[in-house]
Amino acid sequence: MLPSVLTDTWPWYVAGPLIGLFVPLLQILGGKQLGLSGNLRHLCAALLPRRPAFLQYDWKSTGVWNLLFAFGTAIGGWIGIHLLGTREIALSPTAQTALHQLGLTDLSGLVPRELFSWPALLTLRGFVSVVVGGFLVGFGTAYAGGCTSSHAISGLSNFQLRSLLAVLGFFAGGLFATHLLLPLLF
Amino acid sequence: MNNRPAPAPAPAIDILLGVLFGVILTKAEVISWFRIQEMFRFEAFHMFGIIGSAIAVAAVSRRLLPPPPAPTLCGEPTPTADASADDQTGRGTRFWLGGAIFGLGWALTGACPGPLFILIGGGISVMVVALASALAGTWAYGYLRSRLPH
Repeated sequence: MLPSVLTDTWPWYVAGPLIGLFVPLLQILGGKQLGLSGNLRHLCAALLPRRPAFLQYDWKSTGVWNLLFAFGTAIGGWIGIHLLGTREIALSPTAQTALHQLGLTDLSGLVPRELFSWPALLTLRGFVSVVVGGFLVGFGTAYAGGCTSSHAISGLSNFQLRSLLAVLGFFAGGLFATHLLLPLLF
Repeated sequence: MNNRPAPAPAPAIDILLGVLFGVILTKAEVISWFRIQEMFRFEAFHMFGIIGSAIAVAAVSRRLLPPPPAPTLCGEPTPTADASADDQTGRGTRFWLGGAIFGLGWALTGACPGPLFILIGGGISVMVVALASALAGTWAYGYLRSRLPH
């Protein structure tokens, strides 16, 4: 039996500092910067045909370590879910009420099945969550030049003004989608 | 401090670090759509505590470490996670506008790029479609790039 300290939800004051340590760790191990959005660009550069100039660069020299890191996170996800038992989310009661009001009946599991499953892709809310949301994530990170880990954690910890602008944008977009778009679409 | 890229066993280290990062994000439930919703509804401190303490720890360790190697000996820029961040700065429009577009997607999918990979690895197979769509989004940005304000 694994100790419950491993299998329970890791509290923010454990997970947050551990995530923050990846910034110095990656810097010491080869001057790399924490971030995962670059992988979307690298994958496009490596896989897609008819590449615009933005995607014509030597992805092998800049991107391989990042792709390996992303591959590792996928393995980490498997370990976290299947070996360390992350299967249910301890959501706050007020959030549960809000999501029920939005029309979700099943709040079990890691992500809501009513949105993130193959059958749900054929519903409006499932399509918007997976396909439209995914597209905006890919478009937005490329446009802003970074994601949560690169702009919020890596950039803000280095007091980058551009990252502050980006993070304010993240929240403006997220609040708009959560409070105005979701009630319309769900 | 050695500024050159790490030699031989680097690929294994990159994967191992990724595994650890993936386990932490999974166990902290950062990869869950539910947690992202909770954050954007300000109904729990969890996500704010994680992002805030991660920034604090990263900022303190940056002060303790020597500054990062800006250009290397060969004059090549340091490989950053996101090459595009260095490309063009302009007036900064790209940061808030691109950020807002990303934020819309973050709230809808409940996943930023890292969690997309983690969820696929964890067996939420439909997220392959979200990843493919994200690649299409990145491609579309590349296609429209010269016409967008930066």
